[in-house]
Amino acid sequence: MRQPSAEPSLQTQWMLAVRDARDKAAFSELFDYFGPRLKGFVMRSGMSAAQAEEVVQDVMLTVWRKADLFDPHRAQVSAWIYQIARNRQIDVIRKEKRPVPEELREDPEVEPDASQILAVEQEAGKLKDALARLNENQRVILEKAYLGELTHQEISAQTGLPLGTIKSRIRLGLERLRHELGELR
Amino acid sequence: MVVARHYISDGMLAAYASGNLPHPFALVVAAHVSMCEDCRVALEAHQTVGGAVLETTEVVNVSSELKNNILALLDDPVVATPVFRSSGVYPEPVMEVLKGQQPQWKKLGAGVKQSILSNDEQGSVRLLYIPAGQAVPDHSHGGLELTLVLQGSFSDETGHYGVGDVEVADENLDHTPIANAGPDCICLAATDAPLQFSQFLPRLLQPLFKI
Repeated sequence: MRQPSAEPSLQTQWMLAVRDARDKAAFSELFDYFGPRLKGFVMRSGMSAAQAEEVVQDVMLTVWRKADLFDPHRAQVSAWIYQIARNRQIDVIRKEKRPVPEELREDPEVEPDASQILAVEQEAGKLKDALARLNENQRVILEKAYLGELTHQEISAQTGLPLGTIKSRIRLGLERLRHELGELR
Repeated sequence: MVVARHYISDGMLAAYASGNLPHPFALVVAAHVSMCEDCRVALEAHQTVGGAVLETTEVVNVSSELKNNILALLDDPVVATPVFRSSGVYPEPVMEVLKGQQPQWKKLGAGVKQSILSNDEQGSVRLLYIPAGQAVPDHSHGGLELTLVLQGSFSDETGHYGVGDVEVADENLDHTPIANAGPDCICLAATDAPLQFSQFLPRLLQPLFKI
């Protein structure tokens, strides 16, 4: 198990420096961490290395330009970047604009709450631990689902996948956080 | 009193997060998530799983130019793409498709109107306007149908659906949705099969003529 740490992960610190201070050094760190992962991730969907680098470029520029939409009270950096990457891939492949939900814009008056940010990270950490304990077959199916290789019917039909369990625990965590956050606001 | 709530299934939210939902369904999910905090939280949970997959995926080294290219672009002016905000009962993703305009309604008879947002090989998605007390016409659909209530409410054999609720109906469900008393009902309805326009008579009249 991960030890609860007293401060947010490096990725979150970099992302907040990008968001709040337009810190290019922090962006450079984010790129070094996520760039190669994004490239590997995108190439697994069958894109060529050159095409994948174009997507990585688009995604990282979106991270820089839309940084104000990153809310560490609700999401980990990797979760936020995952959605940007999948949206971009779909736009490229299908040549259409993917419908996205209305963005929740953080009230700039609200002070960041370090304990909430940490709690989101701890829940996500537990989730990663749970994923690491999956057997090979389950892991392959889970990765396929989140790489967009399974239809909603196929995902729903996967009985061997502890998706519900994993999700309900992170969901409970996020709901609890949201509740607490609501009370703070 | 128990308030019936109708949500999007996990399989569908995971498919939405991963981008593997047909466009009509993706629009309904995006619209519903804009209105439903519970489903937003559930979607964020799926995004967290996706983020974990991204973080644990095998890295592939990027070319040396890529980073320099990106860093060189950071200060470039960005052409802002217009954002169409929610308007009235229509959430932002719907206004996005409508390009900020109000829907263009086409009369279907008996006060019922529709506005088709898209209709292609991925399926169809349209807005339906049903006066209070009126049944939903032309209600044959192949495949799966998702119906999100934007205004008013409707009821059928499966229950009561109010603003923000989603009904998921497969082709085996033989149902007759009727708009309840109160404000006229406006829905966003999506199917994964294209709409069929072959009927000569409104389906409402078909039982009458025994077609």
